[in-house]
This record gives sequence, C-alpha cells and structure tokens, in this order.
Amino acid sequence: MLLLSLAWKSLKNRKLTTGLTILSIALSVALLLGVENVRVGARESFSNTISGTDLIVGARGGSLQLLLYSVFRMGSATNNITYDSYRHFAEHPAVAWTIPYSLGDSHRGFRVVGTTNDFYEHYRFRRDRTIEFAEGRMPDGVFDVVLGSDVASALKYKVGEKVTVAHGIAVRNIMEHSDKPFTVVGILKKTATPVDRSIYVSLYGIEAIHIDWQEGAPPMIGEEVPAEQITKDKLEIKQITSFLLRTKSRIDTLRLQREIATYEPEPLQAIIPGVALAELWRTIGYAEVALQVVSFFVLVVGLLGMLVSLYTSLNERRREMAILRAVGAGPLKIIFLLVLESGILALAGAVLGTVLIYGLSMAAQPAVEQAFGLYLPIQPPTTAGYLYLGAIVLAGFLIGFVPALKAYRNALGDGLSVRL
Amino acid sequence: MPHAIAIEGLHFSYRTGREILDIPDLKILQGERVFLYGPSGSGKTTLLGILAGVLAAKTGKVDVLGRNVIEMSPSVRDAFRGSHIGYIFQLFNLIPYLSVVENITLPCRLSPERRARLKDQPLLDAARSVARHLGIEHLLSENVVNLSVGQQQRVAAARALIGTPELVIADEPTSSLDHDHREKFIQLLFENCKQAGSTLIFVSHDQSLMPLFDRSISLPEVNKAAVQGVAA
Repeated sequence: MLLLSLAWKSLKNRKLTTGLTILSIALSVALLLGVENVRVGARESFSNTISGTDLIVGARGGSLQLLLYSVFRMGSATNNITYDSYRHFAEHPAVAWTIPYSLGDSHRGFRVVGTTNDFYEHYRFRRDRTIEFAEGRMPDGVFDVVLGSDVASALKYKVGEKVTVAHGIAVRNIMEHSDKPFTVVGILKKTATPVDRSIYVSLYGIEAIHIDWQEGAPPMIGEEVPAEQITKDKLEIKQITSFLLRTKSRIDTLRLQREIATYEPEPLQAIIPGVALAELWRTIGYAEVALQVVSFFVLVVGLLGMLVSLYTSLNERRREMAILRAVGAGPLKIIFLLVLESGILALAGAVLGTVLIYGLSMAAQPAVEQAFGLYLPIQPPTTAGYLYLGAIVLAGFLIGFVPALKAYRNALGDGLSVRL
Repeated sequence: MPHAIAIEGLHFSYRTGREILDIPDLKILQGERVFLYGPSGSGKTTLLGILAGVLAAKTGKVDVLGRNVIEMSPSVRDAFRGSHIGYIFQLFNLIPYLSVVENITLPCRLSPERRARLKDQPLLDAARSVARHLGIEHLLSENVVNLSVGQQQRVAAARALIGTPELVIADEPTSSLDHDHREKFIQLLFENCKQAGSTLIFVSHDQSLMPLFDRSISLPEVNKAAVQGVAA
C-alpha cells in the first residue's frame, strides 16, 4: 500500500510527463478499440445490410452476382425470370411474403428498382429496422417514384418533382425514356444501406417505360404511347429480375431452396443471404486485418513511449532511490515501485482510452452513420477488446521491469553515494 | 559499555579496481558521538555504505549493534537498516513528492520493525514530537520543495531520529549549511541522540567541527588501503 501511494505520488509529482505518457497510451488504446469497434461495426453493418429475408431468388448463375445485384445494386443480371415463376413461389404455401425486384434501368447513375409495395412493408435491415418515409408516401400510380435518401440529397429532388428514367445503367444515358415523366411522391429515410442509393418505382412503372419499345429499341417518333394512356390494366408484367422471400417457418428454408433450384419450368437459383454475405465478407475482410495491424503498431509505439519516459526519468530519480534505500527499502521494493508506476500508467491509459473511445463513438455515431453508412455499435468491448485491454495493462507492468532493473542496478552500484 | 560498531579485518573493493578499504580494527562504543574525517577518496562514504548494509563486503567482520552485517542476506540487511539505523545525507535528503510529515514517517511506514519501536505511540504523534525537538513542528504539512536547505536538513534529521534508532549515520550533513546553522544543527543532533541513547557517526572533511565531538577518527589512519592508494 505504501509503495502504491509512493508510486502514485511520484507520478503526480511529474504531472506533465505522466499526463503525456497516459495520453499517448490512451490514444493508442482508443485507436485500437476504435478500430475493433469499426471492424465489428463494419461486419455487422455488412451482414445486416439485409435482414428478415430467408432466400434471394433469381435466374440461375453466380450466387455472388445474384447477391450483388439484388442487395448491393451492383453489376447486373444476365437473365430475368418470368413473372409466372415469381407468382408461383409468391403464392407458395410455405412462403410468408416476397419482394420482387425488376432491375436494369437507371436515373443519372442511380439504379431504378421496380418493386411492389411489399418492399416498403416487409423489407428489413439491421435486424428489425423497416423502410420509413422521410416525406411523401408509397407509390400508387404507374408513374410514381420514391427516392432513396442518398439519391434525394445528391440530386436535390423534392416531392412533386418530375424525373426521367433512362434505360441501361450508365451514368450518362443515351436512350432516355424522356416521353414518360415520373413524379417523385416519396423520399425514404436514411438506412445506411444500398437502399439509399436507388430509385423505386412500381413493377408497372418499369413495364410502362418499355411499353412501346421494340426489340430493345425506343419507339420511332410519332409512335410513342402517350403517358396519360398508360394505366395499370393496360400493362402486363411479364418478367422480373429477382425476388426476396421469407418463409413462414424458417425450417422450410432449405427445402424451399432445393425446390426452387429444381423448379422445372425455368432454371432458378435461391441463395441464403447470410451465407452469401459471409462468403463475400471473407473475400473483402482482409482490410480489417490491415487495420488491426496498424493499430497494434500504434499501441507498441505508445508503450515504447512510456518506456522511454520512465527510463529517462530514472537518472534524475537516482537520488530518490538512494533515499528510499537509506530508509530501509530493499532493491526489490525499488523494482516493485517502478513496475507499479508503469502499471499505473498503463492502467490509467487503458481506462482513459476506453472512456475516450466510448465518448467519441457516442458523439460521432450519428454523424458516422450519416456520412459513411457505417453503424458503430456502442456495446461493451468485445472479447478481443477485453483481451487487448488486459494485454495493454500486462504489457505496461512488464515494460516497467526494464527501468526497474536499471534502477536496481543503479541502486546496487550507487549505494547511498549519489551526488548530484 | 558494549560496542555499537566493531570492525575487524574488513577488506572492500568495488567489482573492479583497487582496494578501497582495509580496516584491521575499528570500534565505536554505544552512545558515542564520533567524528569521522578524511579527505575525499579516503573511503568515508564506502565505509558508511557497509555499516548501513547497502554495500556488501565479503571479508572480515563488521558487527553493527552486535550483529555481523557481512553475514546477513541482502533483504535482512535492508530490514536491519530500516529498523536500527537513521541516515542523513549531505544534501537532497527528502523525497520531493512527499510532504514534510510524510518524509519523516517514511522509515516507520517502510519498516514494521521501526514502526514497532514507537510502541503504542501513534505515528503522527511520534513525528510531531521529533519535529518539535528539532524546531520544525510548524513545517509538518509543508511541501518539502518550499523549505530552505537548513530546514530540509532538520527534516532529514527528524526522519533519521524517528523511532529512536540505535545508530545515526550522518554523511556530511552540514556541508551545505553556513557556519551558524552548522553548529546549531549539530547541537540539535547531539541533544536528540543523547535523549534517545543513539550512537552518532558524523562524517565530515571540515575539521573545525571536530572539537564538538566525544571522539574523532581519522579514516586514513585506520584504513590501510587509503595509505597505499593514490593521494587524493
């Protein structure tokens, strides 16, 4: 206890170096935990990009491709599936709900997604969060369009504005469907998922764009069907690109997956989003290792800083050690004193760093989610986090032995004769 | 009267280099106030280190208070020093981050045996009492960096004297004091050692202080190694 109080008072006596040392350790700890948090957050955000969906169904092909275009709006489908196949599984007794997607069009670089109002009702992300409207309402008419929040903020569209949808997915579209103006009826709240980067119309809307097209070419001048003549009952939905599916009982998932894969009228495939996402994460997840390595080295630098500051302070403290020896402290107590000091520094650094990163996370969480679409979970440290903290404090104690052994040698050599 | 210190056939040298000490015979009685002098390099501080059990000699017999410190293990020597010996340095005697009273009570808090010598007297009472005898009672709660050098040396003396150790070793404690303070400090030290019955070994190269003491020992005379060595 006496040594603890001595160590504490000695550190307090050197406020500036102690403060700086603690701060440098705290910053490394904060960085390490922060990286760990971001890592967990990134993985969670990623694997919860889509929730509540048991199967994603599309034309047979690469499963990764199906995941990319259905969930991340990246790449495109090689084949569509017929609307009949979709209806077949949508009405399947084991299926709770489905969300159809019809992809392939874009507006100023943002993907246009044809879907039904099931999307607004059933789509889930980050476990149980639903699609919400920042303003406006669900689309109702053929030419109603709803914008993802990124689209709205990037293009500065307001509810009520007219937009044109282009065929194809290039940023600058040659073939614009300029004859069929859409009206913005709603803007979605930010979800921090790819949902934000899309434009939503009804399946009828997609069909309407292409109603008078022949063989993938726009209608000749004078042959356009006027927009006001296009109503839902005149449109027939023939195909969609993929659909999300939720089973009534999740036990049926695998059975249904097999059933879809062996569906005779058309070659289909169904993937389990969780499995596919995990697979994808494994391929891009090496970035997290790089982050960890960097923060590990920052921590090493922080601890070395502590070592340097303790070690350099030893010379000016030889006198102090001699006094302690004179009043009866053995070399072991001197070692213990210095080890305690560095242990206290490491512990204080670890605590401060933890406080720092949690404070920072809490303060920055909304902004980070807004800016990067990265949801930082604020939760107790992960097992790895606790391990890091424990290892830092332990390393602090161990590093204390370096100056302590030096002090021990000084004490033995100097005896009581240090003259300064 | 028994010996406080009895040295026979002590040889000492640091790991490398020439022999520093070769003392065939040196005895100091209990309760004696001894002035030990000699030029720098004559081995004064080394001798004190051995007496205090900080430096380990290998050959000879060094009885301190009836126990041979040479035969003690390092940890026993540390405990022995903490319990039975008060030590005053030339300068910078105090731990800068402890208050005056914390400095004074440090030996008692570091060594349970020293604490036990206070009997049932509370630690703070003991500190106050020894501080009163040295005229520094009003400084107890001060920060040591605010003290003058003279005051610091009195605090050091109080720390050496608390718990009435049998042996007080003072290594040039007055060399940083001016003449008036010097004599006053020594008188205070004498009074307190007498009251406690402590033996005092006072080291200095300032021979003008010699007449104040019961006995003077010239280290070059008792230390054969210094005679052979290079004159300092």
